[in-house]
Amino acid sequence: MVYTMIAPIARVLLIFAVVGSALAAPPKEMADSLATIRAVGPEGQGNAAASAAWKRLAAGDAPTLVPIFEAMDGANDLALNWLRPAVDTIASRTVNSGGRLPVPELGGFLLDSRHDPRARRLVYELLSRVDAPTVDKLLPGMLNDPSLEIRYDAIQKVIDQAGQSLAASNQAGAALLFQQALNSARDVGQIDQISTNLAKLGQPVDSLKLFGFLTQWKIIGPFDNTGKKGFETAFAPEQKLDLAAEADGKTGKVKWRDYPVKDPFGKLDLNVAFGKLKEVTAYATTDFISDRAQAVEIRLGCETSWKVWLNGKLLFGRDEYHFDSRIDQYTMPAQLKPGRNTILVKVCQNEQTEDWTVEWNFQLRITDALGTPITPAPAETTTPVTSEPL
Amino acid sequence: MNPLFSFSSRIPAWLPCRPTLAVVAGLLVSGGSALSAADWSQFRGPSGNGLSAETGVPATLDTARDLAWKSDLPGRGLSSPIVIGDRIFVTCCSGPKEQRLHILCLSAVNGARLWERQFSATGRTVCQEKMSVAANTPACDGKHLVATFSSNDIFCLDLDGNLLWFRGLGHDYPNAADSLGMASSLILSGGVAIAQVQSQSEGFVVGLDLETGVNRWKLARPHESNWTSPTLLKSGEGELAILLSAKALAALEPATGKIVWNTTDVGSSIPSATAGGGVLFVPSKRGLTALQPGAAGEAPKQLWQSGKLRPGTPSPVLLGERIYTLTDAGILSCGDTATGDVRWQLRLKGPFSATPVAAGHMLYCINEEGAVQVVDTTKPEGEVASEVKLAEAVLSTPSISQGAIYFRSDAHLWRFGKASPAVKP
Repeated sequence: MVYTMIAPIARVLLIFAVVGSALAAPPKEMADSLATIRAVGPEGQGNAAASAAWKRLAAGDAPTLVPIFEAMDGANDLALNWLRPAVDTIASRTVNSGGRLPVPELGGFLLDSRHDPRARRLVYELLSRVDAPTVDKLLPGMLNDPSLEIRYDAIQKVIDQAGQSLAASNQAGAALLFQQALNSARDVGQIDQISTNLAKLGQPVDSLKLFGFLTQWKIIGPFDNTGKKGFETAFAPEQKLDLAAEADGKTGKVKWRDYPVKDPFGKLDLNVAFGKLKEVTAYATTDFISDRAQAVEIRLGCETSWKVWLNGKLLFGRDEYHFDSRIDQYTMPAQLKPGRNTILVKVCQNEQTEDWTVEWNFQLRITDALGTPITPAPAETTTPVTSEPL
Repeated sequence: MNPLFSFSSRIPAWLPCRPTLAVVAGLLVSGGSALSAADWSQFRGPSGNGLSAETGVPATLDTARDLAWKSDLPGRGLSSPIVIGDRIFVTCCSGPKEQRLHILCLSAVNGARLWERQFSATGRTVCQEKMSVAANTPACDGKHLVATFSSNDIFCLDLDGNLLWFRGLGHDYPNAADSLGMASSLILSGGVAIAQVQSQSEGFVVGLDLETGVNRWKLARPHESNWTSPTLLKSGEGELAILLSAKALAALEPATGKIVWNTTDVGSSIPSATAGGGVLFVPSKRGLTALQPGAAGEAPKQLWQSGKLRPGTPSPVLLGERIYTLTDAGILSCGDTATGDVRWQLRLKGPFSATPVAAGHMLYCINEEGAVQVVDTTKPEGEVASEVKLAEAVLSTPSISQGAIYFRSDAHLWRFGKASPAVKP
């Protein structure tokens, strides 16, 4: 019985692994089409050539699918959206005409996690169309998959199983499964769902630690934001980040002060720090010690206008007020250097007086591309000192 | 006498074949395109005013009698289906962050899925819970199907699903986003797809070449949130693209982006302007304003302004000599297109997000709970002639084509009305 359950999967995995490592290069015409599509850029650059290449590509047959998936490795986001519908077209034509998808080759691609996560997800969906039971059996091994979408499905399966345990009054089993799901979950919605269930089971989650929000801040303000001009005005902290210096604020001299955050979701509430003010701007800064050079994402939640700098370089800014805030509302790719990295955040508040325009806060964390929080390395000192002019 | 419709004043207002309707609809769908008059080619139909000029749409709806089919959809969406011949095109989004974008083609005959293309959002997909990344209605000229999403990803396909070009406006202009979501639908004219992209952080309108997707022109627009959709207005032998924003209304030449006129007397950020009979009916905080565009370069002249005709989220609908507005709560107001006088008001069961559509003398109003209330506009005070409950949340504006009316929710697409003999199975 066990053999009959396991054997088909093992056979598929074996074939996947063997065939997946021995894929041939695509013919020249196809390679040219793929190269043309991969060359598309902003502002419609390369669109005309890509359109012609797309027609040639989409006319291909099932064996061309894997080379198209391989072309997704390292392709830019725009090119991916050209390649994806070519896959849809070829696969649909193949299936609708009674043909066969190259399952072993696709399987090999899926199991090789070095490939582009979005390409692997697409393969996962194709394989699900032709052999859903096998793909479903692969899911438990994909709880930590680099594809967020595959990981999402794997985690949802565990959440569903935990729900079944709850329904069967097996609370201990449910808690264990929820905890397993939480360890791998990166989607904020799933984390919220799991945390809510764990709290009901008497195992509250430390969300501050789980998400890795930064909590040790220094703040200064208020500066002016009359007429919403503060967003574009470079006040003293933007010109030179001198934590010992006083600056000219909106109503007098202002200076930096420590402001540790205790909110469970890492919100630094500027209304608490400065009072419920209108038409004002404030700054917050912190140091983040990185043990190495690394690519990260700086993730911000903020309901009002903001800018973020890393080591004096402006990452992004958004001049928008009171359209709600949420965890990871804005995601900014960034490069940390080894040692101390200084983050500066500017947050403005506008003139609106409605009761839904009171919020003036932000939350910030540093993660990898999947959303895994990156915590600072032990520091020689965590106190920022005067830096170079911004 | 109504000066707007004087040449047809002897014809009853409810007649579907009135010259005014036929002429306006015919003119707006002609111009060498591959569309037929029965096609519902864009948001609020071929004339962009919610009106279908064709006959045969059931005047009352009954599920047992009129439901032709109901099809599953693969994801959420507020966009309207559009109908070209015997094919329906509809957009959806799916995934935890609604980053998966779907463009579907279904058979109008039986609702079967003919093809589907999926893409990944390259712009932001953060939006309000009630909103959806598939909020914008696609547009089609009979050859180019152009679909846009809240992420400002714009895809052009032919009617068989072959990708012609793609633009990631959210990728190219990363501040072109809104944390509540973007909803402006496209219009096609002058060989370009016109996309109005406005948020507090970024604002522009761009004319994308229909053959390649590259910017043929791009104009700065106010940095303010704007969910209205552009409207086409017949002007001489051509058309003008009418752009409504919170504090202004502008007309530009589609092919060049040249501003023809601009007025700051009106403005809206949610309901769109409605055009018909050479007149623009423009929502604003003061209610509804009727504007008569002048000669080229001249700003429009105000015909009337009414504080009692006050559209909520739904845009105004033009039907004969009457203009209809609907509040979010469900107050349907019937106004005289010549004077702005309110003829009657009717309380419907709200709340409403979808714009009503019209065929014959009936208005089809669907509320957010999926209750379709069909209003007979010939009754002295208006009257709900029938009600059908779809029992699902619906925020999408319905579509009318080939004697049928289509509704969509986050999960389903319904066709009411039997198949026309003209439709090839």
